[in-house]
Amino acid sequence: MELFFSQILDGLSIGSVLLLAATGLAIVFGLMGVINLAHGEFMMLGAYVTYVVQSAFKPMGGVIFELYFPISLVLAFIVTALIGVLLEKTLIRQLYGRPLETLLATWGVSLILIQLIRSVSTAMTLGIIVGVVVGFLLSKLLGAKYSEKPFFTYLNGLGWAVAIGIGLVAVNLFDQIRPLAKPWFGPRNIDVTAPKWLQGSWGMIGTIELPGLRIFIILLSALLLVATYWFLNKSVWGLRIRAVTQNRQMSNCLGIPTDRVDSITFGIGSGLAGVAGCAITLLGSVGPNLGAAYIVSCFMVIVLGGVGNLLGTVLASLLLGIIQSVIGSGTLLTIFPDMPLAAKGVIEFFATTSMSLVLVFIFIIVFLQFRPNGMFPQKGRSVDA
Amino acid sequence: MKLFQRLVPWILLAIALFILPAALDDFRLNLFGRYFALSITALAIDLIWGYTGLLSLGQGIFFALGGYAVAMNLMLNTKSQAGGNGIPKFFENYGVDQLPFFWQPFWSPVFSLIALWVIPAAVAGVVGWLIFRNRIKGVYFSIITQAALMVFFHFFNGQQKLFDGTNGLKTSTSELFGQLVGSPDMQTWFYRLTVLLLPLAFLVCRYFTSGRFGDALIAIRDDESRLRFAGFNPVPFKTIVFLVAGALCGISGALYTVQSGIVSPQYMSISFSIEMVIWVAVGGRGTLVGPIIGATVVNYLRSLVSEALPEAWLFVQGALFIFVVVLMPDGIYGWITKGGFRTFLAAFGIAKKAKTYPQIDKEAVPVD
Repeated sequence: MELFFSQILDGLSIGSVLLLAATGLAIVFGLMGVINLAHGEFMMLGAYVTYVVQSAFKPMGGVIFELYFPISLVLAFIVTALIGVLLEKTLIRQLYGRPLETLLATWGVSLILIQLIRSVSTAMTLGIIVGVVVGFLLSKLLGAKYSEKPFFTYLNGLGWAVAIGIGLVAVNLFDQIRPLAKPWFGPRNIDVTAPKWLQGSWGMIGTIELPGLRIFIILLSALLLVATYWFLNKSVWGLRIRAVTQNRQMSNCLGIPTDRVDSITFGIGSGLAGVAGCAITLLGSVGPNLGAAYIVSCFMVIVLGGVGNLLGTVLASLLLGIIQSVIGSGTLLTIFPDMPLAAKGVIEFFATTSMSLVLVFIFIIVFLQFRPNGMFPQKGRSVDA
Repeated sequence: MKLFQRLVPWILLAIALFILPAALDDFRLNLFGRYFALSITALAIDLIWGYTGLLSLGQGIFFALGGYAVAMNLMLNTKSQAGGNGIPKFFENYGVDQLPFFWQPFWSPVFSLIALWVIPAAVAGVVGWLIFRNRIKGVYFSIITQAALMVFFHFFNGQQKLFDGTNGLKTSTSELFGQLVGSPDMQTWFYRLTVLLLPLAFLVCRYFTSGRFGDALIAIRDDESRLRFAGFNPVPFKTIVFLVAGALCGISGALYTVQSGIVSPQYMSISFSIEMVIWVAVGGRGTLVGPIIGATVVNYLRSLVSEALPEAWLFVQGALFIFVVVLMPDGIYGWITKGGFRTFLAAFGIAKKAKTYPQIDKEAVPVD
């Protein structure tokens, strides 16, 4: 039985990582109806922020180094939230009410982010800055002369194309200077060492050891969940967010700045992804492709739990985590050794990490046959929209 | 002009059949064969997304199933590749000495030729019916199809004993009619086959999108609830169209597999299935010519960019996704035919501005 409990604990920690990742998505998807496929890449950015902070703290050593993790948690939130707001203001804003298009556009964003992390270097950053500056100058210049003309849109587009070309040339020129051309991260995985106070065990319950890392992640996800719940239900901006979700036009009439509500909602959703990425660095090495491993599971968690319902998200993610851990490790075989042969064969068949995922996804598809709207469906007439 | 318009498809077919093989070297011709094979997938996705409004992110399942069917048949019928028991060598590596039962019928080429589109169609039919029955639609449909894709991906990836896992099945070293499948001669034949099957797929799609059935599909896309209130049950329509798309993807996957020389679980990766959607979006969804243009153009662009600057392709692809969704929702073909090109010319004063409002209050005569 002890084995079973430690397996459950394991499942809880897998589930809480899923929960961390899915909370942000639940906000963006559940409240805004935006399918953000770049959510996994925001997590990846959070992980890289952690890596940068750690590298900056390394020379200091000692106690200060041990403190890098809380700082990087905060920084990861801020950085990814800012990038999220930027993305919302430039791209997502144009696509409200068209969820399938947000899906495609954010997938494009995720591809760009992945390649950006792989190949970003000082030369590239400088080139991008040159391109953006030239682009804005050109569009200002052209705007002053031709803004009234019917072909201005096309001319402006041409101007930006030229600016991108100049940016590319600049990247190539800067690349000639050796120290600038070195990529910051490269395509390889990076490693973040967990601080000492997280590495050991945090005491025992009976004979079961409580690994610090696992407990920390469970606590962190619980904390973030409570904070999110508090923000949405008790704070002024949370009230505004809920109002806009329920009726955008009416909220607008009553003086709620819906633009800013959108930016803030998306920013918080992205920021939570950043924190999740930060926590994931504790579990092992991370790379530019980190997002792909989580994004599908996150969406499944939200669909399973019921869109727009935080409690459903919690239960779904913990349930999936436990199923995955108990089946994937084949613990059932050790606990019940006297099973009939047929059942044994089936369990053995699914007792690997990838096969347990197969089982989890099949389970979700079957579950949705009976409860198509998840465990806690939204009530009301607007569901069919 | 009318005559010319009727001749255009035949001219294009003649160019693809006779001029391209003469003008291009073997490598390029093979690439074009692959683009045309992928165009069939694009047509299938247009059928379900452009016409019926179902954005499936799981078409890779059916694509790969078709590929696996043809690859296993080719491997089984190649004596030089056989291991101890006359079954493909890779089985030995995992200690399997009996061909798994579900592979048995694939000894027969006739069965395999039928299976490569019937099996994907059957899977699509079952999956589709289960999903549509519960009125799951919109983004939920997309997410569930993506989950189904992950089921198949992890299953094929994890089962080395049955599918050779990550390595996939190689067809380029197998033999057909006593010739290597990877040889230039065979590849030219596969190219011709693809060029002939693409118009057939086009005709199939046109059959399903015209007439009353096509009207029902468009009604589902534009307002499914209203169709239901009018007394129709949308489930059979959606299931049939999803099944047809699955079959087309299977054929496309088989053609692609024999021309690329390998089928592996990578064909069921998330990214590949989303890429398929962007071919349709670039070409123009809701038209049947658009997807063919889109698949060919995007994949040609991909070859060009990857040869010149391998790291740049993801940037270009990402930018393409954003550009098409935000600025060109009708795609290339839609931009030209739905007046975007005309507006473009008019902005520079080359073409006359389109007359939008008949000036009813000034003159009772409608303009043009």
